[in-house]
Amino acid sequence: MSAPDFNIKYVAHLARLKLTPEEEQQLGAQLGNILGYIEKLKEVDVAGVEPTAHAFPMVNVFRADEVRPGLSNDDALRNAPKRASGLFVVPKVVE
Amino acid sequence: MLHRLTISELTARLARREVSARDAMQACLDQVARVDGDIKAFLSLSPTDALAQADAADQAIAAGADFSAQPLLGVPIALKDVLAVKDQPLNCASRILGSFTSPYDATVVTRLKAAGAIIFGRLNMDEFAMGSSTENSAFQTTRNPWDTSRIPGGSSGGSAAAVAADECIASLGSDTGGSIRQPAALCGCVGMKPTYGRVSRYGLVAFASSLDQIGPFTKDVRDAATVLEVISGHDPRDATSIPQPVPRYTQALTGDIRGLRLGLPKEFMVGGLDPEVKRAVDAAVTHLQSLGATVQEVSLPHTDHDVAVYYIIATAEASANLARFDGVRYGARVDGDDPFKMYGNTRGAGFGAEVKRRIILGTYVLSSGYYDAYYLRAQKVRTLIRQDYLRAFEQVDAIITPTTPTPAFRLGEKAGDPLQMYLSDIFTIGCNLAGIPGLSLPCGFAPNAERGTRNAKLPIGLQLLGKPFGEETLLRLAHAYEQTTPWHREHAL
Repeated sequence: MSAPDFNIKYVAHLARLKLTPEEEQQLGAQLGNILGYIEKLKEVDVAGVEPTAHAFPMVNVFRADEVRPGLSNDDALRNAPKRASGLFVVPKVVE
Repeated sequence: MLHRLTISELTARLARREVSARDAMQACLDQVARVDGDIKAFLSLSPTDALAQADAADQAIAAGADFSAQPLLGVPIALKDVLAVKDQPLNCASRILGSFTSPYDATVVTRLKAAGAIIFGRLNMDEFAMGSSTENSAFQTTRNPWDTSRIPGGSSGGSAAAVAADECIASLGSDTGGSIRQPAALCGCVGMKPTYGRVSRYGLVAFASSLDQIGPFTKDVRDAATVLEVISGHDPRDATSIPQPVPRYTQALTGDIRGLRLGLPKEFMVGGLDPEVKRAVDAAVTHLQSLGATVQEVSLPHTDHDVAVYYIIATAEASANLARFDGVRYGARVDGDDPFKMYGNTRGAGFGAEVKRRIILGTYVLSSGYYDAYYLRAQKVRTLIRQDYLRAFEQVDAIITPTTPTPAFRLGEKAGDPLQMYLSDIFTIGCNLAGIPGLSLPCGFAPNAERGTRNAKLPIGLQLLGKPFGEETLLRLAHAYEQTTPWHREHAL
């Protein structure tokens, strides 16, 4: 494994993914393999090269600040796992 | 036999009132009933809704509708399960979306409907478009219509298989690293990824936002041009959509490719290329020369790094895009005592193995301390890859390659080794990284000697890559090749 400090538990926590111990073991091994392959990018000389985020970067794409029809409250909530009073219901966030 | 027709054949008959849209829709539904138990391309469909749309098309035709204004009037078109159709289910072949139904239409769907198409059915795919075989669907494994012991390709495997099995007249898919072109090649149909920004992605569930494009699967090149013309164009709802006029793509199909300059990238004809694929692509190059195109070698020196760059950028973007699937606003929630536990439980239960693998990889390459080494470096190498293509296009009008290194592989053959699966996309990824258009069309068959298969052969795909917004050149080349070769007339079933 070429990335010895790859900590599957820590990364899974960052990603908000609950993994089983079997998944942690299997994903850890497979990702070690993939990260090893990705290491080959270190061969490339990128000195002075600008990064590409988009093939055709578009900046300041604005549209007129006008009120127009959007989703109704009911449509926005139609797929909610839990809803009440026109709102999404989630577990308690603050004490 | 109406289900076997192309768009142009069907609309010609509809316009002459020889057949009805209801007959055409019913023929597709009958074919689905006949073959989809084996092929498993469709996740769901509503015959009642499909036939109601067909009846509406028939009424429009009876009222004298103009096919030049509605070029898809009465044409049954099915969609990959990643595109929003108002009031239809949308699952991305994942369990995490639960019983989601779309509150609105994707822009491509609005455009297809305006052109008169009958939108029916949800087509199988790799979960969240992550995969190359459609084996990562949470629901079912789609089979290649040419040999049901083999994969149809992916991630738009259902879209390719449904067209190849004549279950629909055309379909749409999405292509992030080859997910239209690779399954089109392996199933023997035409598949096109337009230039980045050509087609609006409003209503497409995002995988990797700097790479994703929507495109058509069709039975011939003319149909690809027809569908592309309908779905292309600027959309204020997608800030990456480019405000450039849409050419009349069907008018590019002149049959005359004399003087067009084709480039063969020397880096693509490498080890691992199946001898039958090499033979077919070499023959296609010779054929295009006989039609008057000139051929020269070009170099794309950073090709060897495409897969590594792709699996950093695509997974990084996916890890951010898929953060929205957290059980709050939609989908199947798995409860927890606090929001963090609920997110983790929901995502742990809802995502399949490949999606988890990519979210973990993407999160890692973006995490503090690793961003520069992985993500930023990959973006810089992406610049070099894009420059390679743009430099090659100073010398040639199109680049010609195999679409895939091998014909369709067997179910399960690569499922246990993610890296081998990733390497099967080696010829298609560069196109997405460079943001250029690409098209795959049939260029022959490899013998398939295995017993128990319907056909003793497997399709091979030829890939054409073009300059940014060079779709007309690709379609012209592909059409000229197709019309002087027999491959597109073969049916899998």
